[in-house]
Amino acid sequence: MEPVIELDGLEVCLGGRPILKKLTAKLTGRSIGLLGPNGAGKSTLLNTLLGFYEPAAGAARVFGRDVRSNAREVRGMIGYMPENDAFIANMSGVRFVRLMAELAGLPPAHALERAHEAFFYVGLGEVRYRALGTYSLGMKQSAKLAQAIAHGPKLLFLDEPTNGLDPPARSRMIQLIQEIRDRGDLRLILSSHLLHDVEECCDEVLILKDGSIAAFCNLEEERRSNRRFLELETRGEANGDFLAALEREGCETAPGAQGRIKLVMPDSLDVRRIYEIAGARNVQLRRLNHKRDSLEDIFLKAMEAADGRL
Amino acid sequence: MAVYKKVYRPYEGKLTSRFARLMVIPRYAFEEMQRSRFLSIFYVATFLYPLVCALIIYVQHNASALQLLNVQNARNLISINVTFFLSLLGWQSVMALFIAAFIGPGQVSPDLANNGLSLYLARPFSRVDYVAGKMSILVILMSLMTWIPGLLLFLLQGYLEGWSWMADNTRIAYAFFVGSWIWILLLSLMALALSAWVKWKPAAGALMFVVFFVTSAFGATINAVQRTHWGNLASLSYLVGSIWVQLFEGTHKSTNGAIFFRSPIGEECPLWLCWAGLLSVVAICVYMLARKIRGAEVVR
Repeated sequence: MEPVIELDGLEVCLGGRPILKKLTAKLTGRSIGLLGPNGAGKSTLLNTLLGFYEPAAGAARVFGRDVRSNAREVRGMIGYMPENDAFIANMSGVRFVRLMAELAGLPPAHALERAHEAFFYVGLGEVRYRALGTYSLGMKQSAKLAQAIAHGPKLLFLDEPTNGLDPPARSRMIQLIQEIRDRGDLRLILSSHLLHDVEECCDEVLILKDGSIAAFCNLEEERRSNRRFLELETRGEANGDFLAALEREGCETAPGAQGRIKLVMPDSLDVRRIYEIAGARNVQLRRLNHKRDSLEDIFLKAMEAADGRL
Repeated sequence: MAVYKKVYRPYEGKLTSRFARLMVIPRYAFEEMQRSRFLSIFYVATFLYPLVCALIIYVQHNASALQLLNVQNARNLISINVTFFLSLLGWQSVMALFIAAFIGPGQVSPDLANNGLSLYLARPFSRVDYVAGKMSILVILMSLMTWIPGLLLFLLQGYLEGWSWMADNTRIAYAFFVGSWIWILLLSLMALALSAWVKWKPAAGALMFVVFFVTSAFGATINAVQRTHWGNLASLSYLVGSIWVQLFEGTHKSTNGAIFFRSPIGEECPLWLCWAGLLSVVAICVYMLARKIRGAEVVR
């Protein structure tokens, strides 16, 4: 698969301080999450890819084009939804999106048509003639998304897209992002410090910590492997025979306190077989869960790995 | 595609050229400007003086009109010469200052106020393109009221007076053109720089006048207190006026400059110092713009 972003020893210094430190990675996913605590360098990385910050060393490429030498071409392929407010207060929503689409290179007639489409798409069709300064926070977030997709980019940068949204608005935003992702016409990079946002929208995650890569993983693969990872809760403590039987079937087991067992099933084994084994040994299964919050585990592990502080 | 379908679709049509993208900004700005009746009326009013000048040139070369007005010696009253064109340039340049003060402050500040600038610069659009696009609004408006009518009047005079007059006075056309551009570029840069730093539009507009008039007063005060003429170097109008006089007349100076752009005979400062003064102002404006026109603010 063609890499979306290649980072090759990328370093960025701002105000004399190193913000991004020798980042090296090849991101190929359809939707890539940038995860990290506040100040980890997520927005700086996006801004560097957009050409707002000059790399101090190393290189970054978007679809194979160097962000320094092909900045204009790179920006032509990107739709950008920034983290903070970004609008012209006294301009109507549709006029603003049209302006942005025209600046991206769309002829005026197409820009106008797509501005209307984008506004309806993000659910702001009814308020598109109102001045942006009068929009609520959620509406402004949606308007930012509209201007980011109106010109039909190949790559979408979403910087904290659910910031400040109430739960219904957040799920609407996540749903929109998932719809855009699932159409497959564009790749997206979602920067967030919210694990759930990334987990729901991304198939690849780059975790940053203090400007360095703390972890890089393919969530799809993780999810696939997690489907084989179970947590059981049995009644009573005496389940040694049950564990031995599971191991004979090829499971890796790890007994815990109060009858809890973690196990990794081999691909050939079906979950139903576990019930059969338990039934044959009179072991009462109180609970059987596929392991969840895998991203949280990965994130916490990544955060603790380097120096043990979050 | 009808909007009711509400699905995302990529754009596969043609893209516009870089120049067309550059012209998007002035196009939107002109649409905004047309909404202000006051600005539209004021702008139209700035063409009155060139119209009067055209009338004077026409009447001067029209015997029947002179007879009709019973002013046979009108040709001797107003001569179409360096002073005539220098006065026109001076007057129109003051009008250009008003236009820059009214329109300039609204150019950059609304984009900076709510971080709209990052969206401009996230497109195939550089910082230079942005500044050039914003400047082009002022450049187009001020060109239409300075060197374009000036050169049209020069052509009218040349046509009525004869080609030999035109050949003898090509320096006027050249000086009018170059002199206008110096003032236009200076004003445009100043207006954008102040707009980038002063977000309150009336304050930014007022600052334009402050820079123009207060520096003149400051220069005059230094001259009076120190009994010198070096204080003129602090006056923007003097610097511009001196360069204009040099452009129009070369070293054989016979005028005191134009209205509001005085460069009195006997109070000359070295011309290179005048150029250096103007270039310093330009450098300061460019620095101010470079600090503010950024896709993302660097927090130190």
